[in-house]
Amino acid sequence: MSDMTEAEAALVKHLADMEEDEALEIAERMLLEEEADPLRVLELCRTAMDIVGKRFEEGEYFLPELVLAGEMLDTIGAIAKPLIKQDESGPAKKLGKVLIGTVHGDLHDIGKNIVTFMLDINGFEVKDIGVDVPVATFIDEIRAYGPDVVGLSGFLTLAFDSMKETIAAFEAAGMRSDFKIMIGGGQIDETVRGYTGADAFGVNAVEAVALCKTWMGVAA
Amino acid sequence: MTIHDLAQGAEKVAYDARRQRILDCIALKQPDRMPVALYATFWLAKYGGLTCKELMYDYDKTAAVATRAVEEFEPDAIAPFVQVTAAGKSLEAIGFKQLQWPGHGVGDNQPFQYLDREYMKADEYDDFLFDPTGYYLRTYLPRVASAFEGFEDLPIFPGLHYFRLVAGIRPFAKPSVRAALEKVIAAAEEVDRFVGHAVAFNEGMAKKGYPLINGAIAVSPYDFIADYFRGATGMMKDLFRHKDKLLALLDKASEFLTRQTIATAKISGQEIVMIPIHWAPDAFMSGKQFETFWWPPFRKMMMGMIDAGLVPMPLWEADCTKRLETIRDIPAGKCIYWFERTDMVKAFEVLGDVVALRGNLSPSLMTTGTPQEVDAAVKHLVDRVWAKGGKLILDGAFGLPDETPVANVRAMFDAARRYAG
Repeated sequence: MSDMTEAEAALVKHLADMEEDEALEIAERMLLEEEADPLRVLELCRTAMDIVGKRFEEGEYFLPELVLAGEMLDTIGAIAKPLIKQDESGPAKKLGKVLIGTVHGDLHDIGKNIVTFMLDINGFEVKDIGVDVPVATFIDEIRAYGPDVVGLSGFLTLAFDSMKETIAAFEAAGMRSDFKIMIGGGQIDETVRGYTGADAFGVNAVEAVALCKTWMGVAA
Repeated sequence: MTIHDLAQGAEKVAYDARRQRILDCIALKQPDRMPVALYATFWLAKYGGLTCKELMYDYDKTAAVATRAVEEFEPDAIAPFVQVTAAGKSLEAIGFKQLQWPGHGVGDNQPFQYLDREYMKADEYDDFLFDPTGYYLRTYLPRVASAFEGFEDLPIFPGLHYFRLVAGIRPFAKPSVRAALEKVIAAAEEVDRFVGHAVAFNEGMAKKGYPLINGAIAVSPYDFIADYFRGATGMMKDLFRHKDKLLALLDKASEFLTRQTIATAKISGQEIVMIPIHWAPDAFMSGKQFETFWWPPFRKMMMGMIDAGLVPMPLWEADCTKRLETIRDIPAGKCIYWFERTDMVKAFEVLGDVVALRGNLSPSLMTTGTPQEVDAAVKHLVDRVWAKGGKLILDGAFGLPDETPVANVRAMFDAARRYAG
């Protein structure tokens, strides 16, 4: 996006630099006063989020920046989306479909929510089915949604067995080879990956995105 | 007479020897052998064939199963097991809303889980800062525990004086306040029974020769606000949106948390204060954010505790490798740093001449590994930390994970004795 106007470049910079007030002021002016193309504004937001993701990957940004970025994106999205004309709003091409949830017995959701957000801004279609998800619900949701990747999240040590049971149930339902499985959460490591039978584990949201991109054949 | 003087005869000799190992580690002196701590919550249910609900509700069964575990493994230091598990009846009596526990939101055989929510709104910083007690009484307490619902109607105390003071107590006659006070008194009576059982267990263990290592508990200022007030995402946004007010509240919390910790530790007669640390890990904030928001108020709190003769024992959860150089800035021989996922060898290299270390057999190893693998992991810590002069108190990463097979616990204790006395 080298062909940006000065205001557009300023919006991208403020978003990427976590300058919320300045970013929202420009976005609101563009959308509400100057009647800028809402799709163009959302495109600028994605450009900024790419920078945020890169800074996260490089260890400059951490969870607080991802959370604030998500918040800014939601605020601008809420203004922009109603302004999009019906015929323009066809779904953008997505890299792949990811179904994600916290396994049964575990109610933690912060990590899962961050992964969902990062996958979303990186071009994946994500369905988040919540916390404490029973095995049968995972199977029903997978049948209905047809994901390329299933993400199992869990923070407690009891999640080791819940993940193992959930993956065994995918096997028993004859769907194990239909998608890749990634696991993540505070106590997850290679030992747990082997124990549960998942394809891979990630220690943060960037690793989750990289795994999904690799599996979808997109350069990570 | 303190809890340290309760044992007699052979038990007193054993108690003193065990306690001395911990005190030596803290003072960075060489103990006669590597101490091993026993810390667990719902693992006791698995060990004793109880449900998680029984462990939380039945004081006597919990004390019995904890006693059995202590006598089987003969650790050098123990957790106050009744205090850290058997809170069910008290939680129910107070109508506690921040937790889901067996029979209240989770099944009878599941551990309790904290509910991360926004318990303080972003626009309430000024209220909290101006009058913390008033904010607690009229706003926070009714939000987090139903017994306090009605306290919203309490008078605003600062400013009451003379005849205004007399008229000012009128809200205590309101049915809402009266009902709340009755509920709080009933809850306090249950808490009194709970604490009575917890103290009886601790004293019983002391008489059998087993000292506590985390008899008192505290929280860091940042985690206090993040976990119990603003919620995880609220707090992360506040780093940008309410930076100055957040810093002011962190400073104030540092002061009142220090005072409260000193007061409660003195009552219990326990000098080692466990401080579970949730928001310090490498992945959760940048080095700059850590050094701006997290570390200064916590360091100030630790210094206050040290000055009062207490031993801070932060449990640095997850991986805190990048924080090691920063958290080294504390007087030598005064603290125990308990690490969860931080590489203990690395922690020893950076901190070995400043603090005692505690931990840290990994949860995945303890729950899914074999006794031989546990043995090898203990040997690794002995060879790389203990034998090189590290003052290590062996333990699980966060005590014993709930699902740990008993054979792996046995392997942990056997290996410690085999390789380090």
